[in-house]
Amino acid sequence: MKDFDYAAPTALNEAVSLLAQHNGSAKILAGGTDIIVQLREGLKDADVVIDVKKIPELTQLSYSAESGLSMGASVPCYQLYENPEIVGAYGALTDSARIIGGWQIQSRASVGGNLCNSSPAADSIPSLIANNATAHIVGPNGSREVAVTEFCTAPGKNVLESGELLVKITLPARVSKSASAYLRFIPRNEMDIAVAGVGSWVKLSEDGNTIEDARMGLCAVSATPQFAEEASAFLRGKPATDETFAAAGELAKKIASPIDDMRGTVEYRIHLVGVLTKRTLKIACERASEN
Amino acid sequence: MSTETPKAEVYLGKTDYKVIGTRPIRHDGADKVTGKAIYTADFKLPGMLHGAILRSPHPHANIKSIDTSAAEAMDGVMAVITAADMPGLKDKNASLGEGSVNLLDLGSNVLAHGKVLYRGHAVAAVAAKSVHIAQEALKHIVVEYEELPAVTWVLDAMKDDAPILLDRVRTDDMGEMSESPTNISKHIRFEKGNIEDGFSQCDIVIEKEFRTETVHQGYIEPHASVASWNEDGHLKIWTATQGSFTARQQTAELLELPVSKVTVTPCEIGGGFGGKIAVYTQPVAAMLSQKSGRPVKVTMQRNEVFEGTGPTPGSYMKVKIGATNDGKLVAGEAWLAYDAGAFPGGVIGPGCMCVFSCYEFEHAKVDGYDVLVNKPKTQAYRAPGSTHVAFAVETIVDEIAEKLEMDPIDFRLQNAAKEGTVRVDGLKYPRIGLIETLEALKNSDHYQSKLEGPNKGRGLGCGFWFNIGLKSSVTATVNSDGMVSLIEGSTDIGGTRTSIAMQFAETLGIPAEDVIPKVADTDSIGYTDVTGGSRVTFSTGLAAYKCALDIQDQLRARAADLWECEPENVTIEEGVYSHNGDSMTFKELADKACKVGDPVAGSATVSPDCFTNGFAAHLADVEVDPETGKVTILRYTAVQDAGKAIHPSYVEGQMQGGAVQGIGWTLNEEYFYDDKGTMKNASFLDYRMPTCLDVPMIETIIVEVPNPDHPYGVRGVGEPPICPPPGAIANAIYHATGQRMTELPISPPKLWKAISEK
Ligand SMILES: Cc1cc2nc3c(=O)[nH]c(=O)nc-3n(C[C@H](O)[C@H](O)[C@H](O)COP(=O)(O)OP(=O)(O)OC[C@H]3O[C@@H](n4cnc5c(N)ncnc54)[C@H](O)[C@@H]3O)c2cc1C
Repeated sequence: MKDFDYAAPTALNEAVSLLAQHNGSAKILAGGTDIIVQLREGLKDADVVIDVKKIPELTQLSYSAESGLSMGASVPCYQLYENPEIVGAYGALTDSARIIGGWQIQSRASVGGNLCNSSPAADSIPSLIANNATAHIVGPNGSREVAVTEFCTAPGKNVLESGELLVKITLPARVSKSASAYLRFIPRNEMDIAVAGVGSWVKLSEDGNTIEDARMGLCAVSATPQFAEEASAFLRGKPATDETFAAAGELAKKIASPIDDMRGTVEYRIHLVGVLTKRTLKIACERASEN
Repeated sequence: MSTETPKAEVYLGKTDYKVIGTRPIRHDGADKVTGKAIYTADFKLPGMLHGAILRSPHPHANIKSIDTSAAEAMDGVMAVITAADMPGLKDKNASLGEGSVNLLDLGSNVLAHGKVLYRGHAVAAVAAKSVHIAQEALKHIVVEYEELPAVTWVLDAMKDDAPILLDRVRTDDMGEMSESPTNISKHIRFEKGNIEDGFSQCDIVIEKEFRTETVHQGYIEPHASVASWNEDGHLKIWTATQGSFTARQQTAELLELPVSKVTVTPCEIGGGFGGKIAVYTQPVAAMLSQKSGRPVKVTMQRNEVFEGTGPTPGSYMKVKIGATNDGKLVAGEAWLAYDAGAFPGGVIGPGCMCVFSCYEFEHAKVDGYDVLVNKPKTQAYRAPGSTHVAFAVETIVDEIAEKLEMDPIDFRLQNAAKEGTVRVDGLKYPRIGLIETLEALKNSDHYQSKLEGPNKGRGLGCGFWFNIGLKSSVTATVNSDGMVSLIEGSTDIGGTRTSIAMQFAETLGIPAEDVIPKVADTDSIGYTDVTGGSRVTFSTGLAAYKCALDIQDQLRARAADLWECEPENVTIEEGVYSHNGDSMTFKELADKACKVGDPVAGSATVSPDCFTNGFAAHLADVEVDPETGKVTILRYTAVQDAGKAIHPSYVEGQMQGGAVQGIGWTLNEEYFYDDKGTMKNASFLDYRMPTCLDVPMIETIIVEVPNPDHPYGVRGVGEPPICPPPGAIANAIYHATGQRMTELPISPPKLWKAISEK
């Protein structure tokens, strides 16, 4: 590992100018649970590491029933699942937050870091997609917004341009009779990377029998996490039954293009998309009819 | 030494123990739980440098050249070494107690000589002022490789046209050497009865093929050594090792030093399971120290542990077993090919001896092959070689019992090996406890309980390990406060300081807490073989017993002096010495003896030439998710004959640890190679050992059938419990799904595929 400098700016503009000044050789540190490992293992290197946890905008977490969730990019996972309102409104996201590493990791690791690390297997991204989240970015040329669905571009790559950083992620307010759930498949019960992961959001009719709207996100089955658009559209107007969930699973499988590796075979991973879609839809529907 | 001690190798038949069978707090416990215990990585010397090892990126290649000049020129780099710095190696075998090693192979494994044989093979090493400089310097060593085709699957390596790893290897075919180079370094055969006759008497014969993948011991502490090669030519090493004397000998042989010029101090050790017997970092740290003139520490990263140190082999096995309709096993035949990794001398031998070890077979035949492949040199891992064959045999035995509609325990009981059973390799068992072990399992709450519901199944498996004796030494000094310092040569991996101290205390009639056990360096205690082969509580315990008798005789003589009587007229009961109305406790006598006359110190050395024969039987309940193939272990019971459990908690701990490692081996652990021979999962993230969320509490039942060759009846316990899990779990999976899984690991993708293609 090469020596590097450490900076901890306390204002957003300071961070932006530091980034600009180092032009690519600076690395951002939120919880550090990806970047520290990557630097130590020589997968990445840096001249300066910029800790963003002292920037107020990046550490704020606010929720209201009217305006939804605004989550600073470096808010650690535990703050999400320890907040009952957030758990109620964004079940998939808090399902994800609860399984990213163990307690020690969750007290540091952020959803923003998970998104910016842009791993194909990132556990929070399918949930962000299902919950229709938006990424708020600031850079030398001002700020912009990108739908999380469009954020990742390749394994480890995303839309952030040199000098840009993620400030926060926002999720729209919860509508009535809606809920979401996330499941991943791992061979063990912890300390594992998703072999496949699915986040599902549904909005049911008032009587709870019909799916009015749905959004599903997948991970670990293609180069980037994906929005399962066709499967989501299929669900609109369908009865909330096991048959419907299974049919949606079949459609979701169509966009899976996984690789064979030590975590699973192509065939197995595609199969899992069907299983997890079915199972997450069922949980999401149960949650939706409860609240 | 006293003149007449009872014959130590004989079981005393005592039942009323004061110390043995209790659960005192371990002597090293406080240091361990407060982080004060000193492991090698904690150890620092003034002026110490840090080493790093350059490893091969290729699984098989000739080394055309190594240019270290740029690394040597770097600021802060103090020494760079390659195999060229190692003294000339001889094609000679050195005995390591539990097995022997060829020095040319050992040396070439420590630093590649002309050729790399696996990805991760050490090629060069650097010592620098910081570990970061050392690691940066590795990038500046230029190695020119000529890549060669690699082979990682044992059957591929046996083919005529397979890439040859070592030109010097010939097949030792039961004593006859083959002519041309080969990857098959050895063919072993054992036979008993007449196998054809045997099968012709059978009503039912089942034959199956099995495959298992390479697995690692997965000890928590990576290998580490600190070496200081002093100006007077004396080499001092602090290291994590299962055998300080074995580490001393290997290092001395490789560096062409007399053993007495090397002092090895064993630090606390974070697990070994057979993987910390061979040297890796010790000679490298020593050579770097010699070249730099400074002490050097070399520690491994986890990926280096996976890629550069001995896992236990992958295997191919074909096993055929026959029985009669009334449930008698008659004949067993096995064809076993174990990979040895990159150098000859894997664990096929014990595999062949263990394959039919649990049952009476009148007719049996085993052929075993030791085969080189482009993987790290395999090493022992808890009952090395036995787990593989237990998986195969227990699967078939389960199927025969099922076909004959017999209860799986009754079927095994009817055929269980017992005193007088002759194993396929010719050994005749003394008193052993497999029948009692199976009976205890049969009577257990677990076996008596019902398992209901879909996708659930229960499975049984048995396993065996020899458990060896070998050499051990202890010395003891009585202090004036009545405490006794007990020095031993066995490095303590599983709480043996306490189990040895307890046998010593029992013998002397003092509390375990009054013994202060300490593991000493190689200059401070007599020769002691490795902590391996489940031998320490048995063999070093035996030395402690004899040493305690020595101390007791000395104190008896001192009491006789005080009371002016003959020593034989002093009676001793539970640490109280009496004569004619006078009596003194051990403490009082120790105080007196320390004040007047010679200090009281004793010693004992032993080399029991026997096996203690450990058997285990495990029962597993599983639930299979048919949609994902994921197996959940619902309940698990491990039963084992410990002979006598000196400290029952540690025996239970060994049983649980072995079971959990076996569960990992069964369900998820494997070296995952790509088609270029590169291990893709050299981290604990993707090499999936079970976490505490993956296993239920392992229930334990200790059975005690005393070992006739030990005063307290002790048998080895560390190794047998890793043998039964694959068979037990595979059988449980079969009863849950109807699928006989014959390849390990039974990972979710594999099991899902088997279920979905049913
Ligand atoms: C033991 C362990 C277990 C883990 N388990 C899981 C798991 O189960 N599931 C899972 O998905 N991940 C897991 N991870 C990976 C990691 O914890 C997560 O990806 C985590 O969410 C990363 O967040 P962080 O705040 O620590 O990110 P950091 O490591 O601080 O940053 C991650 C990346 O994003 C960049 N970055 C961070 N913040 C910003 C920003 N504001 N703007 C632009 N770029 C930014 C960094 O430069 C870096 O490249 C695990 C890691 C460890 C060590």
